[in-house]
Amino acid sequence: MGTRLENKFAELKRQGRKALIIYITAGISPAGKSADGPQATVEAVRAAEAAGADIIELGLPFSDPMADGPVIQAASVRALQGGMTLPKALGIAREIRKFSEVPLVAMGYINQMHHYGFEKFVQEGKAAGLDGVIVPDVPHEESAGMREVTQRQGFHLMEFITPGTTGERMARTCREATGFIYCVSNYGVTGVKEIDYSAIGKVCAEARKFTQVPLAIGFGIGTSEAAVQAAAQADGVIVGSAVMQRMLEGKMGEALDLIGEMRQALDKSCIR
Amino acid sequence: MNKKGRFGRFGGQYVPEIVMPALNELEGAYLKYKDDPEFKEEFSSYLREYAGRPTNLYYAEGLTRHYGRARIFLKREDLLHTGAHKINNALGQALLAQRMGKKRVVAETGAGQHGVATATVAALFGMECHVFMGAVDAERQKLNVFRMQLLGAKVIPVSSGTGTLKDATSEAIRYWATNIRDTHYIIGSAVGPHPYPAMVRDFQKAIGEEIRAQSLEKIGGLPDYLVACVGGGSNAIGSFYDFREEPAVKKIGVEAGGRGEGAGDNAKTLSGAGEPGILHGAYSYLLQNEDGQVVEAYSISAGLDYPGVGPEHSFYKDAGIAEYVSVTDEEALAAFQRLSRIEGIIPAMESSHALAYLEKLMPETSPEETVVVTLSGRGDKDVQMVAKVLGEQEGA
Ligand SMILES: Cc1ncc(COP(=O)(O)O)c(C=O)c1O
Repeated sequence: MGTRLENKFAELKRQGRKALIIYITAGISPAGKSADGPQATVEAVRAAEAAGADIIELGLPFSDPMADGPVIQAASVRALQGGMTLPKALGIAREIRKFSEVPLVAMGYINQMHHYGFEKFVQEGKAAGLDGVIVPDVPHEESAGMREVTQRQGFHLMEFITPGTTGERMARTCREATGFIYCVSNYGVTGVKEIDYSAIGKVCAEARKFTQVPLAIGFGIGTSEAAVQAAAQADGVIVGSAVMQRMLEGKMGEALDLIGEMRQALDKSCIR
Repeated sequence: MNKKGRFGRFGGQYVPEIVMPALNELEGAYLKYKDDPEFKEEFSSYLREYAGRPTNLYYAEGLTRHYGRARIFLKREDLLHTGAHKINNALGQALLAQRMGKKRVVAETGAGQHGVATATVAALFGMECHVFMGAVDAERQKLNVFRMQLLGAKVIPVSSGTGTLKDATSEAIRYWATNIRDTHYIIGSAVGPHPYPAMVRDFQKAIGEEIRAQSLEKIGGLPDYLVACVGGGSNAIGSFYDFREEPAVKKIGVEAGGRGEGAGDNAKTLSGAGEPGILHGAYSYLLQNEDGQVVEAYSISAGLDYPGVGPEHSFYKDAGIAEYVSVTDEEALAAFQRLSRIEGIIPAMESSHALAYLEKLMPETSPEETVVVTLSGRGDKDVQMVAKVLGEQEGA
């Protein structure tokens, strides 16, 4: 038996469907306020799953999110102002596990995990119900020690590939991947923009030579059309800023509608 | 842990994957050219003809008399073109960027000195230049914003986060990640992911090499003390590096003690509450809270208020190669006025921190000894701010 994450991708594959992965910043509330506390994030995750999300990325807000664009930066600032911390984010995961088996991966920056103790974070994260972690400021070259910990603990450490990942670096990254590979759609940071997904498509095809681990494309996806275009190149898509933008504006309904539309569009595009 | 680009356990390459190919390209270029005779000759020729190296090692007789102890010499980086040591690094990196075929450079700046240096070399070599500057800093260093614009650079105020140097750095990295194929990031201090800390140090190490040669000539030996201010640590590492294996030459890095001991009241990364952590690509001492969030640094000097520090300094601290101390805003302000009065030299507010430490150091020295202070920059840019602060003090 695999992990929640592996089982989910296997199930989707059997059904001939693509994964819809939704990013939500821990500490943000559906009303865009932060004062509502962790419970609001728990409710946002519940609603996102109900609207069609297959996997949830729980963002750990950091003071200096180098890989994030304006929307997730703003969400992080707001969550931190509301007092979100790493232990509280683990509390959110525990709450979610009381009612859901949705695969849950944390996305955060290395300093916070290092400060907490990476091994302690993985142990406690796993106990809280997290299935893995995404650390956008640690490239493959720096992750050997972390990989040793996650492997030992039966936790996923997601690898990244981008349009600039080539040659031996691509091979090495893919060979050690678990969970899913985060395929960055374009040069830049998170945030909705127009993208030609054929470039990352070529990169995904190259990655396929080295690994059977699922590929998920993220960064920039803002509409169901974009989700369909990206999904055609991979096993799933990751949507963050488009959903967070609506939540920050206090438009939870619109955020959920977008998730629902993407779900429908992805499922429709997969029917042969 | 990757051994590459480490100073002991510090350093490394903690950046998004999108940036890695560019770092590998840069490392390749740096390793290829750093010992290339043609590159070295071109670099030293620009340093000499354009920037004004070597800078003088000036015997500060008045200041020496003032303390009545060891002889004090000033390494006059303030006499360089654009007014600070930052031009050494900007020239070196611009020459590398050209070799790599990059058409555009991007930089972050706090006080504006590095932004001005970068805008200057971009003008010199005909490259497009974008400078990210915290909105708060852009307001307090208006003159430098205008200088950069005059030199043809585009200055982009950053209001994300806290709108200061660390946010400008994050934004410069984001811009670089987005335009990575044709843009070189000219980082302004000996910080960031490998190869930046080693490369910036190499572009600044002429400071220490000249101190050695000039000391031998002027005092017939090596100095007993080297004192330099530490923001990210580039003028200090440039001063210390050539003496790293000589414990008889005591190396003292002076950080900004700001307005007090509280979190957010100083920039005492090495001499205060900093703990090892990761910011902007490197593992190094870092000001952070109990949740691992980076704490905003404060200093009267816009060039020192950075919560991180170059990884080589973290290594020097732990290995006991150098000692790190701090002085307060007030002490630096007094030193700023003292040097102006006694020597007729208006120092940069950053450099004033190194000068202020003389108050504590000099009583421990003897007349046979020699102290060299790196005067990293001139104070023209700070005059307006100092006038305002002194005016307020008088009014109070
Ligand atoms: C004159 C001067 N000295 C020192 C510094 C601090 O930088 P570093 O520690 O890299 O020398 C600055 C930064 O702006 C500066 O302008």
